[in-house]
Amino acid sequence: MTDGLHTPADLYRRMRLIRGFEELALRLVKSGEIVGGIHPYIGEEAVAVGVCAALADHDLITSTHRGHGHVLAKGSDPSRMLAELAGRETGLNRGRGGSMHAADVAVGILGANAIVGAAAPIAVGAAWAAQRSGSGKVVATFFGDGGLNQGVLLEALNLAALWQLPVLFVCENNGYATTMPTATGVAGNAVGRAEAFGIPAVTVDGMDVEVVRDAAVLAADRARRAEGPALIEAMTYRFGPHHTMEFRIRLSYRTQEEIDEWRRRDPLDIQGGRIAAGQRARLDAEIAEILAEAERFALASPRPDPAGALDYLYASGMVARGGVA
Amino acid sequence: MTKLSYTKALNRALGDELERDPAVCVLGEDIGAGIAQLTLGLLDRFGPDRVVDTPLSEQAFTSMATGAALCGLRPVIEFQIPSLLFLTFEQIANQAHKMSLMTGGQVSVPVTYVVPGSGSREGWAGQHSDHPYSLFAHVGVKTVVPATPVDAYGLLVSAIRDADPVVVFAPAGAMGIRDDVDASMLAPVPLGQARIHRAGSDVTVVAVGHLVHTALAVAAELAGEISVEVFDPRTVYPFDWAALAESVGKTGRLVVIDDSNRTCGFAGEVLATVAEEMRLIAPPKRVTRPDGAVLPFALELDRAIQPGREQLVAAVRTVMK
Ligand SMILES: Cc1ncc(C[n+]2csc(CCOP(=O)(O)OP(=O)(O)O)c2C)c(N)n1
Ligand SMILES: [Mg+2]
Repeated sequence: MTDGLHTPADLYRRMRLIRGFEELALRLVKSGEIVGGIHPYIGEEAVAVGVCAALADHDLITSTHRGHGHVLAKGSDPSRMLAELAGRETGLNRGRGGSMHAADVAVGILGANAIVGAAAPIAVGAAWAAQRSGSGKVVATFFGDGGLNQGVLLEALNLAALWQLPVLFVCENNGYATTMPTATGVAGNAVGRAEAFGIPAVTVDGMDVEVVRDAAVLAADRARRAEGPALIEAMTYRFGPHHTMEFRIRLSYRTQEEIDEWRRRDPLDIQGGRIAAGQRARLDAEIAEILAEAERFALASPRPDPAGALDYLYASGMVARGGVA
Repeated sequence: MTKLSYTKALNRALGDELERDPAVCVLGEDIGAGIAQLTLGLLDRFGPDRVVDTPLSEQAFTSMATGAALCGLRPVIEFQIPSLLFLTFEQIANQAHKMSLMTGGQVSVPVTYVVPGSGSREGWAGQHSDHPYSLFAHVGVKTVVPATPVDAYGLLVSAIRDADPVVVFAPAGAMGIRDDVDASMLAPVPLGQARIHRAGSDVTVVAVGHLVHTALAVAAELAGEISVEVFDPRTVYPFDWAALAESVGKTGRLVVIDDSNRTCGFAGEVLATVAEEMRLIAPPKRVTRPDGAVLPFALELDRAIQPGREQLVAAVRTVMK
């Protein structure tokens, strides 16, 4: 299991970390420390944590534009993740990736991807490599309901099924692709798409981390037994905006009643209800401290030297010509 | 000395690299049967785990190669049609190419994309006759266009061993070429290193792929009159600017023949850089496909818009005036 996601309290604690991280990140977006904005994960924490609780440390994930939760759930250091969002040299990607491209290969995060659906075939390739090497690794690939309409994702489902690859397709159905309701954009559904390729699929309550975890354990175990891919559709909801630009431009596509209704099923409260109140308060305090340290670390970290703007462009070390001769 | 065909050279390179490095694998459509001849015999030698027939899902298997490369493999993809590079431009230009920088150097994506039969394949018309090497050079993906069997071998080997994505164009117009070779000539050719096919003192003609042979024919035709140096960068990107500076320093005149569309094509880049950084004694010329070229089907029409020998002769004469 991913580093310390065993007990109900562990699951709560990690979700609390993600929630608090996102609240902190929102504050830093507003203060201008994080430029470009973020796609907050608030409300969807149970999906990332439930899935990663079923993964081993050596297992791999790919993530999405709304990826902070996946990265933290898989075990990245929140300080370095926050430093990445703030564009610092100490960030996970040395400030070269930002919110939508966080990667942390050391803990099995092959990268978040800003192109909807694009990570699925990359995950399939990682799973193919795992199958060939007999490493026993499983690869989980997250995508949204919007991703269900990307052709490349359907191609990826076909390849994974055809070659019985150890992939866990995780559809985070939060009801919207930006402003488009799932029902308006998706004919059929996630489970139907998977089943068309002979991939076992379930729809689960994405607000309950233990439900997600249990489904992910079944799927990951199948994959480890070389029985091929599986798909989990987690029904969830983002409590906040699609992107922080929504704080500037008012978009009306959902009602306050709908938001309030989903908020009554806050995944932190569902899991928080399973642990003692005193313990919950203690964990909350612990997380607050970790995040205070993350903020200190990120904001005190050096910004990259502009002279290094093309560093890492070529893994071979080739140096590209500059824009001015 | 034995005769080595261009196709056989690519086949040898693939076989040698599969043999040398267990991380190398080949993916593509109908490659088990060896449809383009590049992979002939490889399935029997290396088995279906390393020579993988893929379904018709170019976008997925292109990114699948990226994912496998992130996990230590060194995939080679064979595309059946040059325009499949348009279909997979997202996966190459926007995914594979960007991974190293975006991750701050955590990963590399050593994938090679080979396009046997790039450029005009006579009679295959609009959607099979593209030659988009300028496009990949533009986004900064390493781009190789070998002219001869020996270079095809050496450049493909280097592409496979390179730490970054590399596109290898094998022009349809060059694939009929044969070289006299002995085994010692089959060695890696470094990316970014030009080759002077014929030395000359009056005009430098820059060409890649099949057009190197056009340039050589023109140089021979004009031999009594004009001394043409045939300069083949071999890799369009990275380009060997130092070698070009040396050649142009000697000749002071430049013509580029380029199978790209004119606007923002490779020839334009060569002319611009020479204008900025080198010294010419006459205005340079380029011979290219027209703007926006879509190769028409009828042979007369197809040939009418490909850069060719007569246009090159005229351009060389013009810069000599
Ligand atoms: C292929 C592609 N098209 C459009 C976009 C712009 N875009 C970014 S996120 C998004 C909505 C994605 O919806 P979904 O997959 O449901 O994920 P969610 O944002 O709900 O988490 C869009 C349209 C993109 N990044 N990639
Ligand atoms: Mg969505």
